[in-house]
Amino acid sequence: MKLNAPKTIEEFMAQAYAMEVEAAQRYSDLADAMDTHNNREVAELFRKMAVIEGKHGTEIMQHMGWKTPPANAVAPSWEGFEAAESVPIDEVHYLMRPWHALQLALAAEQRAERFFAELAKSTTDESVRKAALELQEEEREHVELVRAWMAKVPQPEKDWAEDPDPPRYDQ
Amino acid sequence: MNDVATCEQLTAANFKSAVKPVWCPGCGDYSVLSSITKALAMIGKPPHEVGVVSGIGCSSRIPAYTSCYGFHGVHGRALAAATGLKVARPDLTVLVTGGDGDGYSIGGNHFLHACRRNVDLTYIVMDNHVYGMTKGQPSPTTEPDWDSKLAPGGTKIRVFHPLVVALAAGANFVGRAFAGDPNGTAALIAQAIRHPGFSFVEILSPCVTFRPEQKEWKSMVRPAPVEKTDDPVLAARRVMTDDGMNIGVLYAGNRPCYELDYGRSPKSVADLEMEFRV
Repeated sequence: MKLNAPKTIEEFMAQAYAMEVEAAQRYSDLADAMDTHNNREVAELFRKMAVIEGKHGTEIMQHMGWKTPPANAVAPSWEGFEAAESVPIDEVHYLMRPWHALQLALAAEQRAERFFAELAKSTTDESVRKAALELQEEEREHVELVRAWMAKVPQPEKDWAEDPDPPRYDQ
Repeated sequence: MNDVATCEQLTAANFKSAVKPVWCPGCGDYSVLSSITKALAMIGKPPHEVGVVSGIGCSSRIPAYTSCYGFHGVHGRALAAATGLKVARPDLTVLVTGGDGDGYSIGGNHFLHACRRNVDLTYIVMDNHVYGMTKGQPSPTTEPDWDSKLAPGGTKIRVFHPLVVALAAGANFVGRAFAGDPNGTAALIAQAIRHPGFSFVEILSPCVTFRPEQKEWKSMVRPAPVEKTDDPVLAARRVMTDDGMNIGVLYAGNRPCYELDYGRSPKSVADLEMEFRV
């Protein structure tokens, strides 16, 4: 996928910050949706992911010495319409288990790793390339962390999606 | 991105209320809510200078989820209520939100005349080609051969073409967005709000419960291959051959929007009371 690589380190980090904020917001929205549908276990997991992504955003701000968030920063889309680290909103199910949620988180971190790798290849600015490689390495670490988390979570039962009182009665 | 300077500014969070949506997890309307709040942050008007009006349906719950002034009205009558609000309070930015059943069927007549009047409103329709809240009846945009328990064999009725109708009826801004593209949708809504007159934004918003096959939309939609136009004839030609999956601004016209001339309405409330005295 062709990328319009940012031309300055400030622009690049503003995009990276926007990616983290959008990912955190999406996890937070998903947590709210799961809470509403009484799937507390998955809600809690999404809530934790929102906090983690929020911290990454804060780290970027501290690294750049920004006192307030960068204005007008938009996360670039990657492998579709959305930013690499955002979990697609349509890939959740109201009866999903934590294992499913971690699969989505894993896929998001892997997309982010690919995004920064591609960006490091595309840019002509050395400082952007260096920062992109650093962020790629961070995302690779996150992939490993999510994998380790998954190892502690039981795989879902075969009938996890069976609902005795489904929203659709033709199912 | 042109400006990465840091500054204090309104964010999407400023436009969200403490009420949490009750939509099905996976519903496209979550993304649309997010896009609306982002667009309002881009516009930069504080929540108390914005009114959000709706009818009935899943997507019509949106006013409660924003921190703006809101009115959750009668089925299909959101545009009528919003028109009243805008002419009474022209200083407010007024958004109207709803679904395809509410807007194109029950409120179809209001849709036509809102386009024709060209009051400065932004009408956002979350189209999922089904009545979701009432358990999956076909709507005006449902494909004629969509087979379901409630419409065995499909309705066999041709679909309603919202963009064609909006353009023909006189809407001053016509565009289509996709819920799975939240940043693109936010930018399009912001353009629609800034454009004077009646702006119509059709958003393809998948219903994962009653139309799970709409998850495929994300591999079907694409940016429209042509730039927007202010020529209604050209826009009409384009939209008549459109497959419903092109996203972007189709038409941004120059028609003057409807405005009341308050200078010619000197009557006080007391005068009006006298006039209507029985």
